[in-house]
Amino acid sequence: MKKQRYIDISVGVFMLLGMLALLVMVMKVSGLSDLVSAKGYEISADFTDIGGLKVRAPVSVAGVRIGEVTRIELQPGTLSAKVTMMLRKDKPIPFTDASARILTEGLLGSNYISIVPGFDDDEHHEHPYLRSGDVIAKTQEAIILENLIGQLLFNIKK
Amino acid sequence: MLDYLARMGQNGLNTVQSIGQSGRFLFHVVCRNPDLPRLWPAIRAQLYFVGVLSCLIIVVSALFIGMVVGLQGYNTLEKFGAGTQLGQLLALSIVRELGPVISALLFAGRAGSALTAEIGLMKATEQLASMDMMGIDPMGRIIYPRFLAGLISLPILTLIFSAVAVYGGYFIGVQWLGIDAGSFWSNMQAAVSFRFDVLGGIIKSVVFAFVVIWIAVYQGFTCTPTAEGISQATTRTVVYSSLAVLGFDFLLTAMMIGGW
Repeated sequence: MKKQRYIDISVGVFMLLGMLALLVMVMKVSGLSDLVSAKGYEISADFTDIGGLKVRAPVSVAGVRIGEVTRIELQPGTLSAKVTMMLRKDKPIPFTDASARILTEGLLGSNYISIVPGFDDDEHHEHPYLRSGDVIAKTQEAIILENLIGQLLFNIKK
Repeated sequence: MLDYLARMGQNGLNTVQSIGQSGRFLFHVVCRNPDLPRLWPAIRAQLYFVGVLSCLIIVVSALFIGMVVGLQGYNTLEKFGAGTQLGQLLALSIVRELGPVISALLFAGRAGSALTAEIGLMKATEQLASMDMMGIDPMGRIIYPRFLAGLISLPILTLIFSAVAVYGGYFIGVQWLGIDAGSFWSNMQAAVSFRFDVLGGIIKSVVFAFVVIWIAVYQGFTCTPTAEGISQATTRTVVYSSLAVLGFDFLLTAMMIGGW
């Protein structure tokens, strides 16, 4: 009987350890990054060139991460890249005159999108903040190092 | 020459037959209506044997693997001045690959082989046959609790492995090599997503558990009931399940990276 009790307790401890490990994985390792961004809204923007931007690249305002790129597709008519991104709901961004740029983290880092919010945050405006389905009209394409070097070489030759 | 061809054909047919047999065996184990409350003591005993007793080897190897990955990763990353990215490297490699695969391999060696030998010895000493004669289905009484216990234990062991390995790397990176703890954790949290990485690792470990425990109980149940037969079956369990784990790992990784 005592042996049985020992087995039961150790199996229980084993199960609890498993749950604890899951908790560690969720809270400490993954930081719940997806569960937060799941509650958000999708906006999109057209870029003439996205450089090395990839799906799940961060989207930031003033350097603070507020969402991620969810989809990148080529627009058939204009042959521009339509980038769809998911933003967090709890940080409203003024809509009018908002613009999006593709920047690079450091000299050789990966690409990310930086949104520069608009200036008009009047609450009574008809469409004050970015909301689901919005398209950011003003965009700036990625700066590609090869193009810059090419231009520089061209200018030096002249 | 003809003899040789005939033997080859015979071998091929035997292989196909054993695959079919193992499939039917699996069907019998999975598609049954188990009397869970009555089987619960047996399952609990097997959980202890398969899960709890495997904990020590899993925890110790996780600690050392985490520490080794931390040390190796830091030395390489440091050349590019990216030592603070260690958290990211450590967590992704462990949660996605090393955790599920190494726990499954250890599980096959520690628990799978033991199950095969146990069931094989039961068969050799005609315990299974006498159970059958008494009208007790050995499939439900012997095989099913072991199968279920393995299926439950390996994912739990994998979670424990990953968590311990990450802390092993933390110990090396932060406590010993002096990376800033804040950047270690925040880089890790920025890179690891629950849905893609942690859940992917859990899915992998469930598939591996299924494969390993299936091979282990099947090999035990169908082994030749002699001393030599049991030893061969035990060897086959470890070899087959290790190969199957690595093969399935490649398939699952390809599926996950391809986005299903």
